Amino acid sequence: MAFTQRHLLGLEGVPADEITAILDTAASFKEISERDIKKVPTLRGKTVINLFYEVSTRTRTSFEIAAKRLSADTINISASASSTCKGETLADTARNLEAMRPDAIVVRHPSSGACHLLARHLSCPILNAGDGCHEHPTQALLDLLTIRGHLGRIAGLTVAIVGDILHSRVARSNLHALRTLGATVRLVGPPTLVPPELRALGAELHTRLDEGVRDADVIMMLRIQRERQGANFFPTLDEYAQYFCLTEEAVRLAKPQVIILHPGPLNRGLEIASAVADGPYSVIMDQVTNGVAVRMALLYLLIARSKAEDALEPEALAEPSRRRTGGRG
Amino acid sequence: MSLAGTVIAGGTVVDPVAGRATLGDVVIKDGRLVGVMRSGEWSAEGTTVIDARGLLVLPGLVDMHVHLREPGFEYKETIATGVQAALAGGFTSVACMGNTEPPNDSAAVTQYILDRARVADRTRVYPIGALSLGLRGERLAEIGEMHRAGIVAVSDDGHPVMDAALMRRALEYTCMFGIPVIAHEQDEHLAAGGVMHEGVTALRLGLGGIPVAAEEVMVARDIALVRLTGGRLHVAHVSSARTVALLREAKTAGLPVTAEVTPHHLFLTDEAVADYGTHAKMAPPLRTRADVEALRAALADGTIDAIATDHAPHHHDEKEVEFDQAANGVVGLETALPLVLRLAGEGVADLPTLIARMTCGPARILGLPAGTLAPGAPADLTLVDPERRWQVEARHFRSKGRNTPFEGWEMVGRVQAVLVGGRLLYDERPQAAALRSA
Repeated sequence: MAFTQRHLLGLEGVPADEITAILDTAASFKEISERDIKKVPTLRGKTVINLFYEVSTRTRTSFEIAAKRLSADTINISASASSTCKGETLADTARNLEAMRPDAIVVRHPSSGACHLLARHLSCPILNAGDGCHEHPTQALLDLLTIRGHLGRIAGLTVAIVGDILHSRVARSNLHALRTLGATVRLVGPPTLVPPELRALGAELHTRLDEGVRDADVIMMLRIQRERQGANFFPTLDEYAQYFCLTEEAVRLAKPQVIILHPGPLNRGLEIASAVADGPYSVIMDQVTNGVAVRMALLYLLIARSKAEDALEPEALAEPSRRRTGGRG
Repeated sequence: MSLAGTVIAGGTVVDPVAGRATLGDVVIKDGRLVGVMRSGEWSAEGTTVIDARGLLVLPGLVDMHVHLREPGFEYKETIATGVQAALAGGFTSVACMGNTEPPNDSAAVTQYILDRARVADRTRVYPIGALSLGLRGERLAEIGEMHRAGIVAVSDDGHPVMDAALMRRALEYTCMFGIPVIAHEQDEHLAAGGVMHEGVTALRLGLGGIPVAAEEVMVARDIALVRLTGGRLHVAHVSSARTVALLREAKTAGLPVTAEVTPHHLFLTDEAVADYGTHAKMAPPLRTRADVEALRAALADGTIDAIATDHAPHHHDEKEVEFDQAANGVVGLETALPLVLRLAGEGVADLPTLIARMTCGPARILGLPAGTLAPGAPADLTLVDPERRWQVEARHFRSKGRNTPFEGWEMVGRVQAVLVGGRLLYDERPQAAALRSA
């Protein structure tokens, strides 16, 4: 087992063998979701808090299902329901949650670096479920699992990521992990959304969709945020679609066995044509399925590791009911 | 000669005006400098002698850009704590910015600041008035009334003047009083959404960037307005090599343009933001290694006239938040001098030149009776042990602000004693008891 991270704050700097360890663990967990009774006792008696400061259906649900399939208890806190509207700071909220002894906290927050702030204050594992424009590591890991599942490898592949790279935490996490595992990464979009400094992070940059996707093994489309239109990153959504919507015609320029990914939710007809989203090369639903497996793997790895650290200290006598095996399965 | 005054004896006297550092005795009488003499040129009879052997004797340092936060933000800093911090850092004169609450946009607030400084009775405080009413960038504040009350410059620091016509009028109007307009040069449209230098680090961290051009276009605009009006422009906290190039060109053309740089911009780059450390968040942002090198060269050749700390104390709670929510700024009064001594050690410039940037340089810009050892000048003096090693620990600061990016740095050189108007107001000499009367 090569996994040594205390938290999962991002994928930048996480070595290849650790990423592979996460993917291998996730692959082994996939089978649980195919069972009639989709539950194992691995994290029984553990508490996972989903702390979401941004609206999210897909990611939050995926984390919640992942925790429940491992028998952990989950609590969902959304910003609108929490005490943030009473002016409590993120650090104070975190300290209060920590005082309730959770075993992991899953965080989504609109500020880049919010998870780093929490990790400085808390001892329990922090899982980044998307922080501002910084990283969304579990999304990238489920993308990698999906690519590996379909194409058998990551190294040597050419992956085109198309859209609003500047503001995309999905693109950053994918760029770091794909480069670490030896893929070629092309970033495609208008120059307003693909700054030249990205070359320093090891990417090839393209402003033409046809050049970006030519002979690609994987095309990853990013969701265009409608509010970018007002900030002059491009004139109109209509014009954006004329240049960067992934059509069947564009897909034909890629390798014949190309797969198409999208982190969802889709803007049909804007960044991706319906015919492509629903076409035979689309693996978008596999991404969603793999998302649960990747999050199960991470909860397992991070909580098991922190448990291993606890074990170095004297066992708490006040916890006679804590057992590591047994129960339903 | 015989006198009943004070003599700082046996130190290395740094004269920034003459550009010299020589052994000598500084003679003081009635709160003013009599001159620098050799031993034997004065009589010990009735004289208080301060033993400065092994110490540097500097004209009291001048910081032309600090935030003392009073009135309105006393939880961050008060004038009383701010001048204690200034004294501990070797500063005998500071000029404080007007972004208080209420802002210093009226003679009443100017008077209040001066009264509080008089009560504190430490470092001399020179208020800087707001350029515009309420710092709103719309209408000129009553600059004349504030000038009569004692302001030494005007500035909307922290609120860049986006209206070029207002800036033009400010540069014209201040000619009547001979005071400079101090400009925080940042185009607010280009900087919108930015919280650090725009570059690869910001891109990695997913933080909004402030491009160098946001500073550059405003400096270029204001130099054009100086050419138009003949007003005096002082560019606050220069952060980039491009701005240095513009300043050099303006100075070569003989325009009345001056500039300052902060110690943090002389040492740190945007990489200090890694891991979202909010003590590396300030405006203007920390930029690249190439910018640091250009700022150092400009400091040495005089393109930059002054080192100013932009001392910006904040409460812990305003920094211990998400990076994009965190307050801008760092404290600087108690770390500036050792950092400047380090610049001398690194060969950026010789010691008298660097000390000039902390004394006569800023004093000239603001027209202060400070920063010189000329006979008759106020006896403001700073005694420094150039060998003393110490480690920066914010919890020991006199300032209420603990927001330093230099926590844990090993410093060489420490202020030992400070005289203001001939009075020994700060004395941390190990042998403080050695103060003796002969």
